[in-house]
Amino acid sequence: MDLTVLWFCIVGFLFIGYFVLDGFDFGVGMSLPFLGRDDTDRRVLINTIGPVWDLNETWVIVAGASLFAAFPEWYATLFSGFYLPLLLILLALILRGVSFEYRHQRPEAAWKRRFDRMIVIGSAVPAFLWGVAFANIVAGVPLDANHDYIGTFFGLLNPYALLGGLTTLLLFFTHGVVFVSLKTDGDIRLRARRLATRAGVATIVVAAAFLLWTSVAYGTLASVLLSAVAAVTLIAAVLANARGREGVSFALMAVTIAVAVLSLFFALFPDVMPASNDPANSLTIENASSSAYTLTIMSWVALIFLPLILAYQGFTYWIFRKRVSRAQIPAVESAGGHAGDPSIDPQGAH
Amino acid sequence: MNELLDPLLLSRWQFGLTTIYHFLFVPLTIGLATTVAIFQTAWVRSGHLKYLQLTRFFGKIFLINFAMGVVTGIVQEFQFGMNWSDYSRFVGDVFGAPLALEGLLAFFLEATFIGLWIFGWDRLPKKLHLATIWVTALGSILSAYFIIAANAFMQNPVGYDINEAKGRAELTDIGALLTNKVAVAAFPHTIFACFMVTAGLIIATAAWHLYRNQHLETMRPALKFGLWMMVGAGILTVLSGDQLGLAMVETQPMKMAAAEALYRTSTGADASFSIFTLGTPDGVHELFSIRVPYLLSFLSTHTFDGTVEGINDLQAQYVQLYGPGDYTPTIWVTYWAFRWMIGLGMLHVLIAVVGLWLTRKGRSPRWRWLWRVAVWAFPLSLGAMIVGWVFTEMGRQPWIVFGLLKTSDAVSPGITGLDVLISLIAFTAIYGTLAVVEFKLIKKAIQKGPDDVPEPDPESGDVRHEATVY
Repeated sequence: MDLTVLWFCIVGFLFIGYFVLDGFDFGVGMSLPFLGRDDTDRRVLINTIGPVWDLNETWVIVAGASLFAAFPEWYATLFSGFYLPLLLILLALILRGVSFEYRHQRPEAAWKRRFDRMIVIGSAVPAFLWGVAFANIVAGVPLDANHDYIGTFFGLLNPYALLGGLTTLLLFFTHGVVFVSLKTDGDIRLRARRLATRAGVATIVVAAAFLLWTSVAYGTLASVLLSAVAAVTLIAAVLANARGREGVSFALMAVTIAVAVLSLFFALFPDVMPASNDPANSLTIENASSSAYTLTIMSWVALIFLPLILAYQGFTYWIFRKRVSRAQIPAVESAGGHAGDPSIDPQGAH
Repeated sequence: MNELLDPLLLSRWQFGLTTIYHFLFVPLTIGLATTVAIFQTAWVRSGHLKYLQLTRFFGKIFLINFAMGVVTGIVQEFQFGMNWSDYSRFVGDVFGAPLALEGLLAFFLEATFIGLWIFGWDRLPKKLHLATIWVTALGSILSAYFIIAANAFMQNPVGYDINEAKGRAELTDIGALLTNKVAVAAFPHTIFACFMVTAGLIIATAAWHLYRNQHLETMRPALKFGLWMMVGAGILTVLSGDQLGLAMVETQPMKMAAAEALYRTSTGADASFSIFTLGTPDGVHELFSIRVPYLLSFLSTHTFDGTVEGINDLQAQYVQLYGPGDYTPTIWVTYWAFRWMIGLGMLHVLIAVVGLWLTRKGRSPRWRWLWRVAVWAFPLSLGAMIVGWVFTEMGRQPWIVFGLLKTSDAVSPGITGLDVLISLIAFTAIYGTLAVVEFKLIKKAIQKGPDDVPEPDPESGDVRHEATVY
C-alpha cells in the first residue's frame, strides 16, 4: 500500500480514537448540570473518567503530531487557517484539564461550583468546535496557491459547519451519558439512562440531517454507505439504552462515532484539505505529505507501538472497570467547618 | 499601530511567553516523578512509613503541577501550525518525526500510567503500583529527549537534505537527527537542571517546616535528600553544560560570542570571561567590568590559548554566506541570561554544600535565618532554568532553524495581527489567573505538610490504602 494512504488511515485512526475516547469525557463533563444533583453526584460523574481522561486527551496530541510528521502541509494549513476556533479549543481544554485537578483541592462549595462550570464549558466548546472544524475540512475552504486559508473566522461558521458542530456536540453528549449509565450505580445510573434516551432521539435527528447533507453534497459511494451504517448503529444504540443494555449501547455509540468520522475521511479522500475556490489549490494526500523516508520510519514506529499502546490502555480500562457509586465517595473533609454542599439530598443515597 | 499588530512580533512574544510558562511546570514534572518514585521505592523496600508519607506528600504537589504541564503542553504543539505555518511546512518532514515519536512513545505512556498511579493505590499489587510511577517518570524523561532532539535541529540542523522543488528540508537520516551533538549534550544538561529545580523545591519545603520545628520525622530526611540531590544534579549540570558549550561553539559560534558580548575575535588571555559589566545600552561600549582572563578560551575550546571568534567577524562571515542582513542576537539578553543562569546555578550548589555541612550528623544550624535563605532555593533555581532557555533560544536569533530559515520567514502568512493579539491576550489572561491559583494551591499543599498514613496491619505489615477519589 502507498505510504501516504497508510498515513491517511493512521491519522484517521488517531482522530477516531480521540473522538471515541475523549468524546465520552466531553459528554460526562457536559452532563454535570443534568445529572449532578449534588456535589456527591458530580463527584461520581467526574470519577467515572478520573483515571482515563488524560490518556484520552493525549490522543489529540498524538493525532496532531502525526499530522505534523506525515502531512506537514495539512497541519500547517489547518492549524493556521482555523486559528481562532483552535484557540478556543485550546483554552477550553486548559480549563477542563486543570478543573479536574483543582476542583477537589478545596472544600468550599463556591470553589467547586466554579470549577464545575469550567468543566462544562471546557467540555462543550471542544465538543462543538471539533465538529465545526471537521465539517469545514470536508466542505472545503478557500485556499490560496500557497495553501493558506484566505477566508475569515466567520466564514468557518457557515450553516453546514454549525450543523456539524451541533452533531458532534449531541453525539458526544449522548455518548457520555450512556457511559455514565454504564459506569455508575444507583439512582444516577437510571437517570442517565432516561437522559440518554431523550438526548439520543435529538442526536438521531440532527446527525441524520448532517450525514444526509454530507452524503448529498460531498459524498462518495463509500462515505454514503458508512453514513448509513452510522445512522443504523446510532438508532440501535439508543434502543439498546432504552432496554437497559448499557454495555451494548455504549459499544454501539463508539461504533457510531468511529463510522461517522470514517465516513468523513472517505468523503475527503484523496483530498485532505479541499479548496472551495479553486480545486488546483487543494491539498491532497500527495502534495501535503512528507517524504517517503520519513513516512517509512514513522510507519515502522506506528505499527510496532500502536498495538502496545492499545494493550496498556486496554489494561487501564480493565483495572478501572468497576462502577462508581455514591457509597464510594467519602464525605468532604470539613476543613474549617465551611465544607459541604447545602443542596445535598440525603434521599439521593439509595 | 501597524507595528503593534505585526503578526510576527506578536507571535514571537506569544511563543516565548507560553513556552516559558509551560517550562515552569516541566522541571517539576520530570524531577518530582522521579523523586516520588524513589520515595515510594524506599517505602516498598524498607516499610518505613515516613517514606510513604513523603511519597504521598510530594505526589500531591506533583499532581497539582502535572495538570498544568499537560494542558500548557498541548498549546505548544498546536502553535507550530497556528502561528508558524511556514516553519511547519519547511521543517515538518524532519521536525514532525520527533514530535510524533514523543507522542507515541512518551506521552501515551505518561498519561496512561499517571492515571494508574493516582487511582491505583487500592487496586494494584504494591510492586505493580510502584512500577506505574517509574513508568510515568520514564515517559516524562523520554518526552524530554524527543523534544530536545527536535529543538536541537533548530540549533544545529543535521540528517536532512533540502528538496528544492518542494522548498523544504527533508529527513534523510533519523539516526543523525536523534544523535545530534547538540541534543546529546542538551538533554543531560536539561534533565539535571530539572533535578536541581526539584531539589530546590524539596529544600525549600523542608526548610519551611524545619524552621517551624514541625514534621521533623519526614522533613529531616527530605532536606538531606534535597541537599544531596542539589549537589549531585548541580555538578552534573555543570559538566553537561560544559559539553553543551563546546557543541555550541562548534555549531553556533555566534551564540557563544553573544553570550560574552565578545565583539572582536580574541585569543588566550584576551579571551576573558566577564563576571559583570557596565556598558552602554547597546552593549558595544564597555565602561567597567570584572574579568577572568583565559576563562572564555577555556570554556569554548578547553585550552588556555584558544581563539574565540567575535561578533564582528562572524557577522561579516555570515553576510558572505547568507547575504546581507543582521545575524547578531540581542546581545544584552544573551549576555545577562548566560550570567544569571551560571550565577544562580552555582549559588544553588553553594547553598546545598553549606546546608549539608551545617546539618551534618543530625546537627541543626544555629542561625535560624538560614532556613529562610533555603526557601529561596526553589524560585531562584526555577529562574536559572528559565534564563537558560531564554539564552539558548534568543541566542539562535535571527534564525528559527540555524542557517536555513529565519524567524521572520516562518510566521503563518494567513493570520492577522488581530488574531494573534486576541490569542496573546487570552493566553496571558488565563495563564496569569491560573498561575495565581496554582501558586496558592501548591503553597497550601506544602504548608499543610505530610498527612498521617494508616498504621500497617500488625500481622501482614501491609498498609490498607483507601481508594483515591476526586
